[in-house]
Amino acid sequence: MTRHLAGRFLQALLVMLVMSFLVYGLIGLMPGDPVELMAAGSPKMTPDDVARLKALYGVDRPLLERYWHWLSSAASGDLGYSRLTSQTVTAALAHPLSNTVALMATSLAVALLAAFPVGVIAALRQGRPLDHGLNLVAFAAISLPVFWLGLVLIILFAVGLAWLPASGVATVGGGGLVDRLRHLILPVAALAVASFGHYMRYMRAAMIGALRQDWIRTARAKGLSWAQVVLRHALRNALIPVVTILALDVGTLFSGVLVTETVFAYPGMGKLIYDAVMGNDYNLALAGLMLATGLTLAGSLLADLLYGLLDPRIRFR
Amino acid sequence: MKRLAAHPPAVFGLALLLLLAVAAAAAGMAEGWLGFDAEWLDLSAQMAPPSALHPLGTDEVGRDLLLRLLRGGQISLAVGLVTALVAAFLGTLIGLTAGYLGGPIDALLMRLTDGVIALPLLPLLIVLGAVDPTRLDLPAELFRSELAGLVRIVVIIGLVGWTTVARLVRAATLTVKVQDFVRAAEALGAGPARIMAVHILPNVVSPMIVATTLSVGNIILLESALSFLGLGVQPPLPSWGNMLSAALEQMYSDPALAIWPGTLIFLTVLSFNLVGDGLQELIDPRSGKD
Repeated sequence: MTRHLAGRFLQALLVMLVMSFLVYGLIGLMPGDPVELMAAGSPKMTPDDVARLKALYGVDRPLLERYWHWLSSAASGDLGYSRLTSQTVTAALAHPLSNTVALMATSLAVALLAAFPVGVIAALRQGRPLDHGLNLVAFAAISLPVFWLGLVLIILFAVGLAWLPASGVATVGGGGLVDRLRHLILPVAALAVASFGHYMRYMRAAMIGALRQDWIRTARAKGLSWAQVVLRHALRNALIPVVTILALDVGTLFSGVLVTETVFAYPGMGKLIYDAVMGNDYNLALAGLMLATGLTLAGSLLADLLYGLLDPRIRFR
Repeated sequence: MKRLAAHPPAVFGLALLLLLAVAAAAAGMAEGWLGFDAEWLDLSAQMAPPSALHPLGTDEVGRDLLLRLLRGGQISLAVGLVTALVAAFLGTLIGLTAGYLGGPIDALLMRLTDGVIALPLLPLLIVLGAVDPTRLDLPAELFRSELAGLVRIVVIIGLVGWTTVARLVRAATLTVKVQDFVRAAEALGAGPARIMAVHILPNVVSPMIVATTLSVGNIILLESALSFLGLGVQPPLPSWGNMLSAALEQMYSDPALAIWPGTLIFLTVLSFNLVGDGLQELIDPRSGKD
């Protein structure tokens, strides 16, 4: 088990390394390097100045050399300065990260709390009208563009009814826990709907698979009540595939987070990455993207761990 | 087809798709009929409510909303379908190779697939969308036209959209490659490329079609999200996604501008998903009802 996890951890590190190089290369292809941006801002700079500055900042060095330099300082904890926020990148990441974790965790919890029971009910009523209806609801949820759902929620609840705030994390100039929670409701709702659709379909499929097994019939024949069979025998086994898929879904969830944060002007990682890419803030964009990738990979590692805990038969070599 | 008819949601999806396609195709006709095109600015009627001249009203600069929706539909549907085909081609190539050759090549390709699935795609697509292709020393004229902009989106999304097809095709290849006719072809001395193309490919067409249909919906969602963020289809060319980003600014004054494009994205994606689900049940009845 430990060896398996160590192997997976190394694999994840390798993916991070490959990703960081790819992203570093791609960001180098975005319009304008930092010195060109500076030159565009101050018309008095001569081409000589530009060349000198390029040499000073190392922008004229070959890609591999620059990447190696970035990587070695990143490894020692120095991620550089953010152009847009005039802070160190580490400082600029702190708040957005905690905001995003709050948003992701809440919407994940809401989606799962709704999807698990609904998925189980649909599986138990498989092929009946209720199942068809619930399936259609799930498909509708999957097919909704997250950003549009966000827009509609804002129009309905913030503009029309004026019940909830339309954007941000808290009212300017303070606001306690209740205020923060009120700001979370709409973005969480927008994110949770799409996730609910996916999770409900996973849960339903896994539950149908589990209920079809022979040991379900055995458990019934032993005289256990239907509820016991469903909850103790079928559900526990159905959870195994669901947990794996869930962890692989963290990347998808993060994509949803990015658009949701943009629509709701919610200062999290997604909006930060978007703003950094759009504003040519290379250091910040790079660090943000790597953090998002790390978050996703951590999710799949967690799945491996849970997989082993949920299914005692699995003992990795 | 006949068996698909027994699956009402799929029939509904198919009908809706046909309707949307016909409506989008009729955009040119509607323009001729109304006497103006989707880009004409009606300066006497900006953000106008529905009227006889503008059945769904006009947008913030006075363009007819209905015509823009139809033109946008042409773009969104075309980009979605073409990208899905590109992704299907890539996915089939990768799935066939991994499944038939097996061994370390299979392991490598499948780790790659897992990797792409697990990544936060949208942030990556944003970086790809922001890349300036002229920095690759390619001639700048190549990237000026509207068509080049569309090709770019197709390539960007196609690069990450192949995973579903690859996995399903690989799984089907694994079951086909151990059958006798493949063994016979191998014994006759056919090379791997020929066996994959002539003997295996025709037998993995149905999972390929299912996966492609299911991925069209996802691709349209990605395209609309990218266009919404300003990195997909570029205005003045309309797409449902970029119409929504314009609508975001008018949200308080004219919410109707936001309702229509989103509803159309929703209905299109829903239709593709329902049809895909129906097809999946046809080739794998166990996955759905008994």
